[in-house]
Amino acid sequence: MSDISSPSSTGVKAWLTSENPESHLQASCGRAYYAWLDFAANRLALLGLIIVGLLVAVAAFAPLLATASPVAPDLTQRLLPPSAEYWFGTDELGRDIYSRIVYGTRLTLYVVVLVAVIAAPVGLLVGTSAGYFGGWVDKVLMRITDIFLAFPRLILALAFVAALGPGIENAIFAIAITSWPPYARIARAETLTIRKADYIAAIRLQGASSWRVIWGHVVPLCTSSIIVRVTLDMAGIILTAAGLGFLGLGAQPPLPEWGAMISSGRKFLLDQWWLASIPGIAIFVVSLGFNLLGDGLRDVLDPKSGD
Amino acid sequence: MTSSMHNAASGEAASTHSWVPHPVKVVLGVVTTLAITFLGLLVVTFFIGRVVPIDPVLAVVGDHASASAYEKAKIELGLHLPLWQQFLIYVKNVAVGDFGESVLTANPVIEDIKRVFPATLELATMGTIFGVLLGVPMGVVAAVHKGRWPDQLVRVLGLLGYSVPVFWLGLVGLLLFYAKLDWVAGPGRLDIAYEYLVDPVTGMLLIDSLIAGEIDVFLNALSHIALPAIILGYFSLAYISRMTRSFMLEQLSQEYIITARVKGLSETRIIWRHALGNVMVPLVTVIALSYASLLEGSVLTEIVFAWPGLGQYITNSLLQADMNAVLGGTVVVGAVFISLNLLSDILYRLLDPRAK
Repeated sequence: MSDISSPSSTGVKAWLTSENPESHLQASCGRAYYAWLDFAANRLALLGLIIVGLLVAVAAFAPLLATASPVAPDLTQRLLPPSAEYWFGTDELGRDIYSRIVYGTRLTLYVVVLVAVIAAPVGLLVGTSAGYFGGWVDKVLMRITDIFLAFPRLILALAFVAALGPGIENAIFAIAITSWPPYARIARAETLTIRKADYIAAIRLQGASSWRVIWGHVVPLCTSSIIVRVTLDMAGIILTAAGLGFLGLGAQPPLPEWGAMISSGRKFLLDQWWLASIPGIAIFVVSLGFNLLGDGLRDVLDPKSGD
Repeated sequence: MTSSMHNAASGEAASTHSWVPHPVKVVLGVVTTLAITFLGLLVVTFFIGRVVPIDPVLAVVGDHASASAYEKAKIELGLHLPLWQQFLIYVKNVAVGDFGESVLTANPVIEDIKRVFPATLELATMGTIFGVLLGVPMGVVAAVHKGRWPDQLVRVLGLLGYSVPVFWLGLVGLLLFYAKLDWVAGPGRLDIAYEYLVDPVTGMLLIDSLIAGEIDVFLNALSHIALPAIILGYFSLAYISRMTRSFMLEQLSQEYIITARVKGLSETRIIWRHALGNVMVPLVTVIALSYASLLEGSVLTEIVFAWPGLGQYITNSLLQADMNAVLGGTVVVGAVFISLNLLSDILYRLLDPRAK
């Protein structure tokens, strides 16, 4: 009885690693546990997970962590170097750079999450439909995908933002519209390998509609490859969004977007190095975190594509 | 554009008959893809330019124009026609290099682009040369010492390259090597003292100054291009070394390498001659791809280094809402990008006998 009410770690471990799982839940927990062991053996991937976890935590608790308002100017405190009061110094309007960096995590997270939420399902839908239906559907969809894949992404995003007007939502839309094609390619390749499987035939014989087969039985199997790819793309998305911000086309002042902070700190580079340097380090650390995490996930979830 | 559709049809037909020689078939197929992809690009730029944005008529006549002036301008711009006719006119104009006039410079956009493009080409070329000269040997060394420190070093350099914002690296580079250490020249292509000393022939200063025999100008230009080219080239280095490593690992595990070792060939010869020789084909395509992405990626670098190239032109026009210039620049970059992509595809299929 005591084992169930307060399971010791060995009890949990035995439950997870059991050769004969008694329920579906136990089997999936066991699988997840082994995947986690693989993942945790890779120290760099673990570092990536910690960085990304910190990003999420900082974004969630930004008001508690920040020591000052990220947007309210205080012209008596302009361009102060890093000190005990202003950990990362202050900018040209006397705003605390540390607090701006802390609130900036929210914008970064907002961008990557929205781009992923828009681009990944579009790519998934296009790719699985092309792979499942084949024939002319496949030809048309893949031709469109190839066209988008051959475009220069940053320039196209620039042109979209030029048309829609600067702003963080438009930047997100522009990045999303240029980043779905690789997901479509991956999803199609995965679908081609499973569409002839016996269990798909069995579901169809039961009378399931094509959409039900795709949504319920093809999409779930493509998801892990897509997740790996999305994680690996996150760094690129962050860098593109920061680039748009740097050009003045992403988030608009006074929002504490890191790329825009570098752009406005540029004028003070020679004498007040911290204005432009610190947001750059923040972008770098977060991108690195996503890259490490993505590499680690790829090795665990998708071992065949690694080297 | 209808002729390309016929090409598409004949390309499809050709693939079912075996009498068409293989390289011709490859080129035909690629030309078709090129035409369709380019048409797709034009659809997107047309959509961006005509459907989404601020009223293009207002951009010409201004906010306070009378209704009759507005109507007149609308007809002059061809905006009263149905959308598909407008698109055909657009395609026809682009085909003869007419992107309209830049509102900002009052020149035809194509003239502006001809003026600024060589600067971008020069920068991207120097960056790619840097990336290839360092990236290929680094990739080879990493593959040979797999799992040991040279491999880790290349891995870390690659990771940094994928994670660092290029514009920030440019700023830090300027701060360090120009402002503090004074090793390189600052932003721009030349010091003011050297400007207008050589006549533009190719528009690429390094070449023009050599043609004119002006060594001083050449050295000054080299000192200006060094930092932006190295920073831009670092990204191609990261990509090229990673790809070289994985290609080399594949080759080094092949049986012919064992045979060569059994024959008693020196390890140097096996690695740099036999294995690297077989890696060359996929490597050429990787280099072409990275060249294309540097042409595009130079936008941010150009802004940081005040480099008067296409990227800076597009960005400046963009901030002035000069849509003709932005879309013209987008089409040109897109066309070059698409062509290089497909060129790498052709090269791969022509050079590698296995990829049929």
